[in-house]
Amino acid sequence: MSEPIVQFKNVHKSFGDVEVLKGIDLDISPSEKVAIIGPSGSGKTTIIRMLMTLEKITSGDIIVDGQNLWKMEKNGSMVEANQKHLRSIRGDIGMVFQHFNLFPHMTILENCMTAPIHVKKEEKTEVRKRSIQMLERVGLGDKLDNYPNQLSGGQKQRVAMARALVMRPKVMLFDEVTSALDPELVGEVLEVIRDIAKNDDMAMILVTHEMDFALDIADKVVFLDEGVIAESGSASQVIEHSQNERLQSFLSRFRN
Amino acid sequence: MDFTYWSWDTFLEALPFVLQGLGITIGLTFSCFVFALVFGFVWTFLQRIQNKYIKAVVTFIMEFIRSTPPLVQLFFIYYALPVLPVIGVTLHPFVCAVIGLGVHFSTYIGEIYRSGIESVDKGQWEAATALNYSTKDKWLRIILPQAFPPTIPMLGNYFIIMFKEVPLASTISVGGILFMARTFGSEHWAYLEPITIVGILFLLLSYPSALLIKKLEKKINHRFNTSVMTKNTNA
Repeated sequence: MSEPIVQFKNVHKSFGDVEVLKGIDLDISPSEKVAIIGPSGSGKTTIIRMLMTLEKITSGDIIVDGQNLWKMEKNGSMVEANQKHLRSIRGDIGMVFQHFNLFPHMTILENCMTAPIHVKKEEKTEVRKRSIQMLERVGLGDKLDNYPNQLSGGQKQRVAMARALVMRPKVMLFDEVTSALDPELVGEVLEVIRDIAKNDDMAMILVTHEMDFALDIADKVVFLDEGVIAESGSASQVIEHSQNERLQSFLSRFRN
Repeated sequence: MDFTYWSWDTFLEALPFVLQGLGITIGLTFSCFVFALVFGFVWTFLQRIQNKYIKAVVTFIMEFIRSTPPLVQLFFIYYALPVLPVIGVTLHPFVCAVIGLGVHFSTYIGEIYRSGIESVDKGQWEAATALNYSTKDKWLRIILPQAFPPTIPMLGNYFIIMFKEVPLASTISVGGILFMARTFGSEHWAYLEPITIVGILFLLLSYPSALLIKKLEKKINHRFNTSVMTKNTNA
């Protein structure tokens, strides 16, 4: 088995006095698709927000491609990472948000092009070509010059995915990307994720409530409960053979 | 018409005299406004420093400046500053007015900038971080382009408010239209006509400006509702 692209080592996270994550250990291999499931408030989103550097860790280590994300070496000792260090690692990670967070003052093509050009300093015509291809892939090739608020929620989320993909991350994070959508728009977004999961070899971490979907595409399912990983394994292991009562009762809520 | 208080001859005589001050009044308004726009950035920047002591000091200074009448501030800079040891300097009245009114209004303008920045959704910062923007590019490409347009109408209103406060500078002998009117009044012992002219001039200038700003506001709101703004629609 190859070196993991992402490793969580005994990661703790507290918000004030409340400890949300109580020691997370998790390895993710390159190209592995991991679904994190669990009751709301169990800290699922916090895990990927820490990996995206949107939330500081309280203790522990997150290793991305061999480098410690939140700590760096300075004069022989490990100190808290500065912005420069975070930036040097963060480029490998992309994220899609629950509320899309498209840039409203840019067209959807500009939304996709801006970061490769201004952050990665790539050549504009190449980025443009790649962005258009990506938007066509998510089915929005005819909306290039529209602004985000001229689109439906499902379309916005597909743009958000194209925007993240154009950056060619090694790890893609999906934070409950269908939770803010009307039910009839969920399918189109899941279709795109399924397509990415099947055809792209980046690692993916999905936090989701779409249970059947998660179990379908995930190589590994992680059940998070009360701040710890209560169960982890392949979809069939976790679903069919787990003796964990809380997991069974959690899953039974999704089976009508 | 038998109206002994009012003389059209005096009016016609006073008009060109008062108009001599118009350039100064308008020039001072623009100078103060530009000064306040630039200095407002300083307040906004200082307020964003994440240190509670610095924050407390900055808030105190801003409150102090806002709670003191601009007239008192002008008098301080013009009359009191020159007699202070070490830091005392004598400044040209026009410069005094620009600094006095400019600093006073910059505290309000800084507040407007702040509200503009805070109106940008938290998700925009997060998306910019996720795309690995540098701090500078985050501000220039993502946050400020969204924060600035909604502040334009508020800034416009402050422009008009400043325009109406500029006559305060006449008290430290800046030769704007009010100063000219008072000079004419004391020389001819006729105040009604020149002061009336001042009132009319202010009306003629500030009312159209207000209309212009309203129009601008509508345009911006329109733009933001139809193609850009997102606040509650989760762009």
